[in-house]
Amino acid sequence: MSTKFNAADKTERLLNLVICLLYTRKPLSKARIRNAVPQYGTSASDEAFDRMFERDKDELRELGIPLVTEPYDLLFDDEPGYRIDRREYALPEISFEADELAVLGLASRAWTQATLAGPAAQALRKLEAAGVERDDSSLIGIVPMVRTVEPAFEAVKDAVLQRTPMAFPYRTAGTGEVATRHVQPWAIASWHGHWYLTGYDTDRNAPRVFRLGRIEGKIIIEGSPGSYEVPENHQPTAMINAVAVDRDLRRGALQVRVGAGHSLRRQARTAEVIDDRWSLITVDFTDVEAFAAEICSFGPDVVVKGPPELRESVIRLLTGALGPALSSDEAMV
Amino acid sequence: MSAKRNPGQSGASGQPSESATTRLSRLLTMVPWLLNRQGVEIEEAAREFAVTPAQVEADLALLFLCGTPGGYHGDLIEAEWESGRVFLGNADTINRPLRLGVDEALALIVGLRALAAVPGIGERDAVVRALAKLEAATGSASAGTSRIQVLIDEGTDEESLGLARQALAARRRIHLRYLVPGRDESTERDVDPMRLINFDAHWYLEGWCHRAEDVRLFRLDRIEALAVLDEDGTPPATAEPRDLDSGVFTPRADDQLVRLALGPGAVWVSDYYPIESIERTPDRGAVINLRTPDTAWLRRLMWQLGSQATVLEPAELAHEVHLGARAALEAYAGSTGSTPASG
Repeated sequence: MSTKFNAADKTERLLNLVICLLYTRKPLSKARIRNAVPQYGTSASDEAFDRMFERDKDELRELGIPLVTEPYDLLFDDEPGYRIDRREYALPEISFEADELAVLGLASRAWTQATLAGPAAQALRKLEAAGVERDDSSLIGIVPMVRTVEPAFEAVKDAVLQRTPMAFPYRTAGTGEVATRHVQPWAIASWHGHWYLTGYDTDRNAPRVFRLGRIEGKIIIEGSPGSYEVPENHQPTAMINAVAVDRDLRRGALQVRVGAGHSLRRQARTAEVIDDRWSLITVDFTDVEAFAAEICSFGPDVVVKGPPELRESVIRLLTGALGPALSSDEAMV
Repeated sequence: MSAKRNPGQSGASGQPSESATTRLSRLLTMVPWLLNRQGVEIEEAAREFAVTPAQVEADLALLFLCGTPGGYHGDLIEAEWESGRVFLGNADTINRPLRLGVDEALALIVGLRALAAVPGIGERDAVVRALAKLEAATGSASAGTSRIQVLIDEGTDEESLGLARQALAARRRIHLRYLVPGRDESTERDVDPMRLINFDAHWYLEGWCHRAEDVRLFRLDRIEALAVLDEDGTPPATAEPRDLDSGVFTPRADDQLVRLALGPGAVWVSDYYPIESIERTPDRGAVINLRTPDTAWLRRLMWQLGSQATVLEPAELAHEVHLGARAALEAYAGSTGSTPASG
């Protein structure tokens, strides 16, 4: 209860400080501020007031309030004065049409399940403060959702925006090994529902793509903001796409049980009937392992006819799926 | 009114741990919002700011104590809300909202750009206009937003999305031929549309399925054929939209509990499917618990994970996985490749 009481006191003090610094035309000295904001009057000593005022200034600036320091008196310019520039403070007058506010509402609600939910909702309220009501009628029932389930999201996003070099423990996909990577972050993109980071890997001296979900542990900032340049015309999604997709297209021949393998049949390049139980289809693929996994998901309903390496991969996966104890039983038969 | 002069004792806050700056930020937005809506109901303000009506009253009580230097009656903000409607005055210094912060500008701009790339969403023109105004107004706060990208749409069939939207807006029933990949089945059903949801870069149609007699989600890229019927498509009053808080697939408490051991190469499964819990193992793998009403999809998942995953519970599922894998391997027996017996 007492902390809550203090928080309310502090809100009151900060709000009075904002109003006071917006209201004044001339920069105010600390002494004037202490007199003008009643909640400072109760501080025990000069020192306590100084500490409190310094912290309040920092917190207002963190909220994005443009609190400026200027000499308050040209004759005594060693003592700073403070004010908030109203033109810098206020959101410029923008008038949105009702349909524009509707799509802004949709863009804002897209973040409901993400770490940016608060800022997204607050931004929309600021734009709507002017009084125009949005017309959502044409968008009823449309629900886009962006998620940020990766714990590293906030820290990586801030590093990208500020162009700050960083390091993080990263789990490699194939081996599962965790190693520290040193990166100049360029961009982040949500692609196929997952967040990826693009950047320059300073150990490997090459651009790299990282999946945020494989960052295990804390992001360590390793330099100052703006200490490198992002290549002009950097296209994050194009780079992620290039890494994720192997472009060598190959064709597999599959024997598929009638009434099964629907998603494979939809991708079929050719299809013929073998008998009333089986069809033979051909499907293009790029990654042997990924395609073998897809085929295995159909269990006994799909059989690989070729190429041999696809067949080998499928046999290996299915043998593994027999289970450790059971597969050794089988081997003894 | 004097009884309300102590905001600290309101005891009404829905967020007891709210920081002073979070509350300040709300107040600085609430003041211009209220000034432009004199007489608005407390409930409406509460909805808009996602707080309780009691919190709005506590906020008003706090505003009532603030004002320009002097602290006399004429300097303080005037707030009146006893009738349940809010009237605010004498707050000219803070009658404009604060500029958008970096994260605020980012959320809206990145969100709008994502929407602009969706074919068939139909509001492209409004999206482009809103984006231009917003970018002009945010200035330096929007610098760098082009380096945050969201692709919410990857190759959606424009026609299905367009037809589904039409049916949703006109409340018409839809007939679907739908592929259930978890069971490798093509099914026919009539659906009363409720929402169109984009989740992890896929569009889903949520609706009352007359075949299942329940609310179902249909992924648009698995719809093989879609026809808008000439029939009313109002879902029954009992049809509840899904709570999307924990994702599209909300398990129910009475669903089957499944326990899987994942090798390092299969830990990604825990990112892709809704799980209840995860324990990391020393070999860089994991043991996960999940709940599902239907284990057919899990059988298929286990086949594709090979030796990287094992079913710990339930035993029946482990047995089914084993039998299916053995049946599939029989097709390769005697061929030049390895067989289970030689593996």
